[in-house]
Amino acid sequence: MFALYTVLVYKGPDHVGTEPPDARVLAGMQQWQEQNCQSCHQFYGLGGYMGPDLTNVTARRSEQLIRTFIRYGTGRMPAHDLTETEIDELVVFLRWVNASGSSQVPDSAVHWTGTYILER
Amino acid sequence: MSRTLTLHVGYALILLLGALFVGLLAALAYLFPDLGAQLPFVQLRPMHVSAALFWIITGATAGVLHYKREVFAQPREPFAERAFVLLWVATTVSVFIFYAFRRFGGREYWEFPPLLGIPIALAWILLLVSYLRSWTRRPRPAPLYVWMWTTGVVFFMLTFLEQNLYHIPWFRQSFLREITVQWKSNGAMVGAWNQMIYGTALYLMVRISGDEGIARGRKVFLFWFLGLSNLMFNWGHHIYNAPTAGWIRHVAYGISMAEWIFFLDIIRGFKAKLAEKRKYDHLLTYRFLVASELWVFLNLVLALFMSIPAVNRYTHGTHITVAHAMGTTIGINTMILLGSFSWLLRMDQQGDRVVRQARLGARMALIGLPMLWFSLIAAGVLKGYRSVALGMTDHQELMEPVDQVLLVFLAGGVVVLAGLGTIAITYLGVLLRGARSRGIS
Repeated sequence: MFALYTVLVYKGPDHVGTEPPDARVLAGMQQWQEQNCQSCHQFYGLGGYMGPDLTNVTARRSEQLIRTFIRYGTGRMPAHDLTETEIDELVVFLRWVNASGSSQVPDSAVHWTGTYILER
Repeated sequence: MSRTLTLHVGYALILLLGALFVGLLAALAYLFPDLGAQLPFVQLRPMHVSAALFWIITGATAGVLHYKREVFAQPREPFAERAFVLLWVATTVSVFIFYAFRRFGGREYWEFPPLLGIPIALAWILLLVSYLRSWTRRPRPAPLYVWMWTTGVVFFMLTFLEQNLYHIPWFRQSFLREITVQWKSNGAMVGAWNQMIYGTALYLMVRISGDEGIARGRKVFLFWFLGLSNLMFNWGHHIYNAPTAGWIRHVAYGISMAEWIFFLDIIRGFKAKLAEKRKYDHLLTYRFLVASELWVFLNLVLALFMSIPAVNRYTHGTHITVAHAMGTTIGINTMILLGSFSWLLRMDQQGDRVVRQARLGARMALIGLPMLWFSLIAAGVLKGYRSVALGMTDHQELMEPVDQVLLVFLAGGVVVLAGLGTIAITYLGVLLRGARSRGIS
């Protein structure tokens, strides 16, 4: 039963139908891990709490601002010594994450039983 | 105590000391970012998390391997178990060396370069093979703690492999699949080491009380089955807000609510527990086990609320999640492991001064831990209210009052460091004196 459940969980996100990642997205994902961004940031609320959740950062902030944050840092965020191409890849990766959905659950999604009914 | 077990226990205690000390530095780096150059949070956090994680796994395996030999009447330490300890120690030390040079590449909780996953998997295969080979010597019918150790050892291997499935491209074709599988494996892995540790707690209670009946019978197995279901299915609260298939959320929610049965059983057994406490309270091991039960209760209350999606909406991504993680790792896992090490080191037969020192450490830890836990909950409530109810999006503005509350967390952290540090150093002293007297250097 657990094996069947596991297969269904793996197949679960298939209905969402986002674009598969291209080489630049995968390179950005690699950068995300090598720079250990998850130490301070979250996706869908998962990760460290030093900085904000970045699931939908590309929808909220301009690309120019995101690039400036990465290159020069802010009060808490350190500057990152990355090439233009590496920053491009990170931004493309963040855009791909944003396309997967919203990390905020709207009030309207809360069902009377206490669960959510999320619609994309 | 053999040379391998001495290394195993000693290394676990050093990891505990490291996790506490680096944790305090990471908290300072979080609260005072101006210290960033001297205290880089991006390095300190993975060091703290990995040290805490390795302390729990190393401590859990030390108990399982030692007690298993007692229960299975194995006169000799198998070679594979010695090889496991050496490979495990060498690999986990390498992890910290990589962090020191800012070499990352992994994912949350396992942030080291993924190649180090290979020796970790090899070490666990050695442990698993050795454990399963000796399993034929188990008492029949096997008491519950043997089943718990076995499921823990097997599930750790499965979840570790699952955690590394992301190296197969198909798992990265969808970000939601990537994050779902990551948190399914992380959540179930916590359940796996809990099985090993709770199994040890049950074994020690049998040894203390002399009543083998508490590890046998239909009711204890029914409760174990419920716990096992939680291990397999309740991880979903990690990704309630991710728009993956809705049934994953509903199954996790439903299974988590079965935990009310544990909750009601704790309340029901409270009176009997008080009588038992009067009988065994003089034993240090017992005191740690009782402390862990109090924290099981507190964390269960928190977990029950966090598992309701409508409440999780406010708690997810806040410090309430950290409170739950710290309550579990320090309040439950660490307390049981310290109780287990107290038994292994025969602490109750040591001199008065040593026992008093360990008890003082335990008292300090039990004062500091609630400070830490409640301040994290308060910080989480504030963050959840400001971000969800007030809809604040500016991170700096959102976190301003939260960071004030976290100063109490820092104070609690200092007290916990002093308390658990005192215990770890006391244990290390006993371990070293014992090793020297047996001619192990």
